[in-house]
Amino acid sequence: MDLQTIWFFLWVLLWAVYFVTDGFDLGVGSLLPILGKNNDEKRIMYNTIGPLWDGNEVWLITAGGVTFAAFPRVYAIMFSSLYSALMLILFALILRGVSLEFRGKVDDPRWRKVWDTCMFVGSLVPAILFGVAFANIFQGIPIDGGGVYHGTLFTLLNPYGLLGGVLFLLLFLVHGSLWLAVKSEGNLHDRSADMANKLWPVLLVVAVIFLVASAFATSIYDNYLAHPVLFIFILITVLALLGIKIFLAKRSYWKAWFSSALTIFGATFYGFIGLFPNMFPSSINPDFSLTAFNSSSSPLTLKIMLVLALICVPIVLAYQFWAYNLFKGKVTKDDLAYEEAY
Amino acid sequence: MDVLMLSRLQFAAATFFHFLFVPLTLGLSVMVAIMETRYARSGDEIYLKMTKFWGKLFLINFAIGVVTGITLEFQFGTNWSRYAEFMGDIFGSLLAIEALGFFFLESILLGVWIFGWRKISKKAHATVMWLIAFASTGSAVWILTANAWMQHPVGYVIRNGRAELENFAAVALNPFGILMFFHMVSAAYILSAFFVMGISAYHLLKKQHVEFFTKSFRIALVFGLIFSFFEIFEGHLHGSDLAEKQPAKLAAMDSHWETSKNAPVYLFSFPDEANERNYIEIGPMPGMLSLLAFHSTDAEVKGLKDFPPDERPPVLITFASFKIMVGLGFYFALVTSIGWLRRNRLMESPWYLKLMLYSIPLPYIAILLGWTVAEVGRQPWIVYGVMKTADAVSRIAASQVAISLAAFILVYGLLGAAAFYLIIKTARKGPEPEAA
Repeated sequence: MDLQTIWFFLWVLLWAVYFVTDGFDLGVGSLLPILGKNNDEKRIMYNTIGPLWDGNEVWLITAGGVTFAAFPRVYAIMFSSLYSALMLILFALILRGVSLEFRGKVDDPRWRKVWDTCMFVGSLVPAILFGVAFANIFQGIPIDGGGVYHGTLFTLLNPYGLLGGVLFLLLFLVHGSLWLAVKSEGNLHDRSADMANKLWPVLLVVAVIFLVASAFATSIYDNYLAHPVLFIFILITVLALLGIKIFLAKRSYWKAWFSSALTIFGATFYGFIGLFPNMFPSSINPDFSLTAFNSSSSPLTLKIMLVLALICVPIVLAYQFWAYNLFKGKVTKDDLAYEEAY
Repeated sequence: MDVLMLSRLQFAAATFFHFLFVPLTLGLSVMVAIMETRYARSGDEIYLKMTKFWGKLFLINFAIGVVTGITLEFQFGTNWSRYAEFMGDIFGSLLAIEALGFFFLESILLGVWIFGWRKISKKAHATVMWLIAFASTGSAVWILTANAWMQHPVGYVIRNGRAELENFAAVALNPFGILMFFHMVSAAYILSAFFVMGISAYHLLKKQHVEFFTKSFRIALVFGLIFSFFEIFEGHLHGSDLAEKQPAKLAAMDSHWETSKNAPVYLFSFPDEANERNYIEIGPMPGMLSLLAFHSTDAEVKGLKDFPPDERPPVLITFASFKIMVGLGFYFALVTSIGWLRRNRLMESPWYLKLMLYSIPLPYIAILLGWTVAEVGRQPWIVYGVMKTADAVSRIAASQVAISLAAFILVYGLLGAAAFYLIIKTARKGPEPEAA
């Protein structure tokens, strides 16, 4: 395999890991006003993601950095084309991060209300906009030969883009409610499990609509039809999606969460396998599309970065796993008494 | 305003705001690590209290530093896309290394440090803070290496219409970056030392938690003293390196118009950019600029007039920022020296404690001015001598940037106010009262 192809899939992998890890954080944040019935429950929700969200968000920074390093032309044109959407995501993530740290520092319901709102908006907006952005990428973006974007933020809010937004939101809501079912007990646990059960059929319907709509709105099935063996990836993703319900019915919440993780992982790869070697296709003219081959860095940079990535990524995954393992227990009311609790 | 000016303002606002928080993260992580190590070794509860109190301030500060860093990385793509495309082969990899190698470590371990008090041993917990300090320093190394490449590009070749990497070691070990790193880290340590000394002084003036804050003050004082003096020496090296690599910036820093040997430094002068001269020049020290820049009074220092007007940085901003920064640098060395002499009589020196309390903002100002010299002084270049800032900006609608700039000012303003409020509240409250 050539360097560009390796980097293309490594790039997809980084996004997939980001969506799997920060996905449940965004889900928990979006569910805050619905599932957190009182201050204690809200605090438990914050604390279930407290030790982990920051490390999760670094996958986004890494995905960004790697886009810059391995595909500078994609970085330049993707980020400037999606300017307003990306700025909204960044501001939202800023509010989300600060809410976690600041909310518990002043004992005043109004102060908490402000940060709860920021947490909710700061989680909901990225969850939707990532979906909108990626669906639009699958579909093609109006960029000309010079990489100049001919559209506005509202160009992205087309039916297929919005469908992608709803799909991502549902994926993260299910992912987040399963995380809460794993990490909490009592009423909050019951309501979270209930929420996952209620959301799952909706997710299933939207996912099916998305799979069908993709056949009309995009050309991502061309790669699958050219190499039918690739359909296995879609099959695995769909099985994982069904697995969520099966494990939910058995009350095996960890397993349901892992199924959900695999679903998100598969959903990210699903689109990009179809897109390959395109990374940022032009809807104006296919010749203007940015591909792994016409937008990559020099072979030397790709080689050096590959060696570094092959060393660093497994190490990062290892100590991140260690941290997850350290905080795998349930967050209880007793935990809220410690001074460091959010 | 056009996209270029709006993007410049936006990047400046985002960087300045981010950099209000980064230096304290760098310095306080080391100081908290020292405090916690003392606790882990001796079991002395006062060091645990110190760790928790200063740690709390560290965390509030850290949160804002982290979340505002992302917008900087992404702005290279959103606002400076032609730069990103032209330089990504080199610049992008440095940012990616920073994230993969260090930022992950810092962020993941921070969660472990905050929530891990009962999950890992005392010594392991202290080690985690050392690793956080190590990782944030490592992050600084790579970010500054990236910036140094914009200041003094090395190890590249222009090929396929862009800058391509030719020698990775040359980029990673750019001497300009090494000087920048020591300059910036020392500045961060000075800032953190003044932060800790200032807050300690506040409580000592109120005669509360005397032992706690005397100990904190002394740890910070040692830091502040050592790095204030080191910074003067290092700043000189950095400046004379600039003389060679960025002569236009050096000339602007001293508002030096005519190329001359035996070039002077004035005790006081003020640039008149329109007429390519200084309004006033008082107290010349003949040969001083030549001596400082090239270590010989005979050396020739190139004046601004010998650079084409469109290749000169804005003189007044660069000049004033530089002079005030240097003045503050000497002030830090002076007051930390006084502190050293009075270290055993702090309680009898209320005037000194008051001085230190009100000195908290000064290192912040010095650092922001330092970045102003580095970045404004590099103009009109985004990569010195290779690419102009005007050629780097994205081809996007100005309205978009105007809206995002307004959002930056609004959101950052509110966040800054909230952080300021929390830091002051936490600092005033002092450590948790001792159990009766």
